Amino acid sequence: MPDTSPNLQFIQQQLGAKVLQTVQAQGDDILILERAGLRESFRLFKEDSKLNYDFLSDITAVDYWQKKEPRFEVVYQITSLKNRRRLRVRVPVPESDPAVESLTPLWRGANFLEREVWDLFGIRFTGHPDLRRILLYDEFQGHPLRKDYPVNLCQPRVPERKVEGTFVDERSHNKLAQLKHVLGSKGS
Amino acid sequence: MKADAKELPLEIMELQMGPSHPATHGTIKFNLKLDGERVLDCDVEVGFLHRGFDKSCEQATWTQVIPYTDRLNYASSLINNVGYALAVEKLIGAETPPRCQYIRVIISELARIYDHLTCCGMAASEMGAITAGFYMIEAREMITRIVENLTGARLTVTYVRIGGVKHDLPQDFAERVKQMFKTIRKLLDDCDRLLSRNRIFIDRMSNIGTISQEFALNYSLTGPMLRATGVNYDVRKVFPYLVYDQLDFDVPLGSKGDNYDRFVCRIQEIAQSMRIVEQALERLPVGPVWIDDPHFVLPEKEKVYNSIEGLMHHFKIIMEGIHVPPGETYFAVEGGNGELGFYLVSDGGGRPYRVRVRPPCFIAMGAFHEMVKGHMIADIIPTFGMVNMIGGECDR
Repeated sequence: MPDTSPNLQFIQQQLGAKVLQTVQAQGDDILILERAGLRESFRLFKEDSKLNYDFLSDITAVDYWQKKEPRFEVVYQITSLKNRRRLRVRVPVPESDPAVESLTPLWRGANFLEREVWDLFGIRFTGHPDLRRILLYDEFQGHPLRKDYPVNLCQPRVPERKVEGTFVDERSHNKLAQLKHVLGSKGS
Repeated sequence: MKADAKELPLEIMELQMGPSHPATHGTIKFNLKLDGERVLDCDVEVGFLHRGFDKSCEQATWTQVIPYTDRLNYASSLINNVGYALAVEKLIGAETPPRCQYIRVIISELARIYDHLTCCGMAASEMGAITAGFYMIEAREMITRIVENLTGARLTVTYVRIGGVKHDLPQDFAERVKQMFKTIRKLLDDCDRLLSRNRIFIDRMSNIGTISQEFALNYSLTGPMLRATGVNYDVRKVFPYLVYDQLDFDVPLGSKGDNYDRFVCRIQEIAQSMRIVEQALERLPVGPVWIDDPHFVLPEKEKVYNSIEGLMHHFKIIMEGIHVPPGETYFAVEGGNGELGFYLVSDGGGRPYRVRVRPPCFIAMGAFHEMVKGHMIADIIPTFGMVNMIGGECDR
């Protein structure tokens, strides 16, 4: 659409070729951004006095498997509480190297959100302090929100985890063994 | 103490609190590092209630997602319904008639009262103030009755539809709500007398889990958690939706950002929500509760049973789902715990391509370790209570 908002025009002037496309749909400002230098771009959005998008609302991803190239898109919702505006930033990420820069240095709230995207989509965030699975367990195989993950796929059974230094109360086991012993002698 | 008294050797103890701890209402695990009773570090493990909400939504039609949203924050399922329906309507570009909008405001606010009563009541009873807890649960029960009378279900309501609500309000709705508010106000007064100047309650709540404005914004906190620090961000005011901009209400703000401020914020929000409901009931316009568009609205049963066109129309909507134009959108409403956002992607079919919920309490749990650091183990309970983590929404 030609009549983009002043904020989008301003961002395009500042970032130049990094902005792949600007869209305005249903009253939302949407920006499609290159992933190179992502953190610096977001620093501009956050710290520029004119834009002032100081609040990170959400981070998520979409898998456009066999629909679009590059396959993934990481989607950021940022909000300016002062100017009462929202901005949606979409960052295309290829399947061959699914990684983007982490925003945790800018917003510490990005920590959990990025861990979730890693967990469910398998997109890595470089510079994240603690990129572990969050909703699923460590032994889970694959990333379930990818479109090529079948909805009814069964996961292998996971053996019980031995935790170092954990106290295990085995008295009940002993009682069970005794009981079996007693019952066994009676039965024979 | 004698000068030569030796200090006890410091040994860091690791303790796993949860996932089924009786005092944390929710399945969540805290991996604590303790120095005596003092919390040195806390690693929050969530996900025990993960059931693949996003993946399930991708299998369902747009309308079939509504029952799934009930099970997000089950203390305020009506708000989830409204938020999802509004997001889909934004994608479609449809606007519901005024009566429908007012009804949606009324049910959202009833759900908000329910949510805050659950949060405050549970938190109070976990700290031993079980009387106040019971009073609030009694108030909550009355809302449940009204919701049951309206929707037919107590918790998983599925009342809102894309393009309207399931049916109009019952005849005696306004009268019953008025009666109920009288009782709730009395019960809340009693709770106020029991808690607000209660030494034990204040000692356990005040200056515990304190956060600053910068901290709250940096961690993307929303809702009462953010407003307790004094930041005036309420989605109903900043990005008004439905008819909130025509209604007169205040946003209660705290100053210190501790547990007590969060508690007071929630209690004051209940009063504001009651004000909103009363105004909305007074101004409730007459008219239809559905948009006038056969693409999204099921035909009347009369037509379905008596004409082939009606039957086909019904069949198409049920089996194929309503057709949402391709595109993507983000829409946020003010949920019980904060900004409840829906990010939807449509590829033009009858089923959503992607449904993403911005869960306010999941994000709040991301900041939890900082809030309990340096406090006692016992302080985890009120802090956790005031975050109001709801497993269904946090883990999806």
